[in-house]
Amino acid sequence: MLPPVSPLPLGEGPGVRANPPSTIITEYMTQNGTTLTHGIDFASLGRSEPILSLDNEDLCVEVKNLNLYYDNKQALRNINMQIPRRRVTAYIGPSGCGKSTLLRCFNRMNDLVDSVQIKGQILLDGNDIFDPAVNVAELRRRVGMVFQKPNPFPKSVYENVAYGFRLQGINSRRILDEVVEKSLKGAALWDEVKDRLHDNALGLSGGQQQRLVIARAIAIEPEVLLLDEPASALDPISTLKIEELINELKAEYTIVIVTHNMQQAARVSDYTAFMYLGELIEFGDTATLFTNPTKKQTEDYITGRYG
Amino acid sequence: MNEEELQHHISQQFNIELRELRNQVLGMGGLVEEQLTNALIALTTNDQQLAKRVYSNDYKINALEVAIDEESTRILARRQPTASDLRLVMAVVKAIPELERIGDQAERIAHMALQMSGEPQAKHFVAVNHLGEHVRQMLHDALDAFARIDVEMALQVMREDQKVDHESDSVYRQLITYMMEDARAIPMALNIMWSARALERVAAHSCNICEYLIYFVRGKDVRHISLEQVEQRARQAR
Repeated sequence: MLPPVSPLPLGEGPGVRANPPSTIITEYMTQNGTTLTHGIDFASLGRSEPILSLDNEDLCVEVKNLNLYYDNKQALRNINMQIPRRRVTAYIGPSGCGKSTLLRCFNRMNDLVDSVQIKGQILLDGNDIFDPAVNVAELRRRVGMVFQKPNPFPKSVYENVAYGFRLQGINSRRILDEVVEKSLKGAALWDEVKDRLHDNALGLSGGQQQRLVIARAIAIEPEVLLLDEPASALDPISTLKIEELINELKAEYTIVIVTHNMQQAARVSDYTAFMYLGELIEFGDTATLFTNPTKKQTEDYITGRYG
Repeated sequence: MNEEELQHHISQQFNIELRELRNQVLGMGGLVEEQLTNALIALTTNDQQLAKRVYSNDYKINALEVAIDEESTRILARRQPTASDLRLVMAVVKAIPELERIGDQAERIAHMALQMSGEPQAKHFVAVNHLGEHVRQMLHDALDAFARIDVEMALQVMREDQKVDHESDSVYRQLITYMMEDARAIPMALNIMWSARALERVAAHSCNICEYLIYFVRGKDVRHISLEQVEQRARQAR
């Protein structure tokens, strides 16, 4: 047997309620010191908090007061920023804004240009990469790079990936087989090339070549992967494969990508930096930057307006 | 964000598309406003012809809702708008159903007017008349705020909504008195009560439109928070 239903606690007698609804609402409002519009306070959902915040990130690279000159022309103006570990950080900005120049600073590729002068610091895990004691080859092993145009060596697929290890003097067949398979799988290329590992890499399609180059870069297990327009020469499907790959790679690597394709930056990155005329205009989490940027220059650029 | 900045895209075609989208929304707003005005006149003057016209015009609003929805989808697919452009399209997509529902409420009021043929007494309409005028003005200001991209005006409309809530409460109370005085007045009083309820909904929908406008201009989501918080967020520098 069910217990008898107790009468509702509301109201004094049948048909008459103790308080008209408006009184209850007024009481509620006085208690909470606010005026109700038409709902409860949803602040508890925490929806206005951005999910990503640099405050909660483990920093990998830190750029401090970086200025760069080509002869007398200043290409980077006092850049200060932090790149979080195991995240994708994208640089966007018009041509000539310095984003590729900055990217090339991270593994000192600019050293190869005679007229360059760099002032300021870039700290990789807290150590200045411009310190004279730094071994540049070792730095470039830790900071890998992939360029706009796929540039496989005119060798077999296998030798392309194994190249870094051979350079280090490792020639053991067993180790190399393992590394090649692991890297090609990491670059989402294994299934497509496993039956023709010893064919010439130049016979692969553009998208495959680009993934091969990424496999070559991750074979030596760098910490940071720099991607300079990695998909700009590829068709949309290959582009999506590269983007998918970036998403997988960020579990292990810190990825910095330069792209002219804003939608691509919006799709793949966790953080986005907008650069203009050698200056870092705005840097923040990608969702905020693309929906509600702080600076007018950023807004004008990403919405395709002229300033 | 102002009218002129909206039009600074490098792509002229995109400028045109966004301008057209906004114009269509304002056109729909104008139609909705007209429907509400006519429904109120029909109710208070017992104009059966006008009530029928309101009743049969609702399909135009529904058709506009569908058309603007399609246009928004097309812009999203083809332009992939970002930042304020994205917020504009989102605000439009969200504001359109609100307008459509205001149209439905106008239709409901017209329906009440049709049901009340021949019986009303003027004294019963005084209260709802005043409420109707108030709500109509709110809708007008909300649309005006949308047209002028005016956050302050939107905030003003949201403040008015509180007054409308109080006012409709007192209309209900007044009608209850009439019903207790004379049981024969109950059917008519109920009809008027439904109309007052419809007006209260129109005010709430107008408020929501203002919330979307604030989202578009300031990039701040101001739904489901107290009016004080809305004002604070809307005035914060971005």
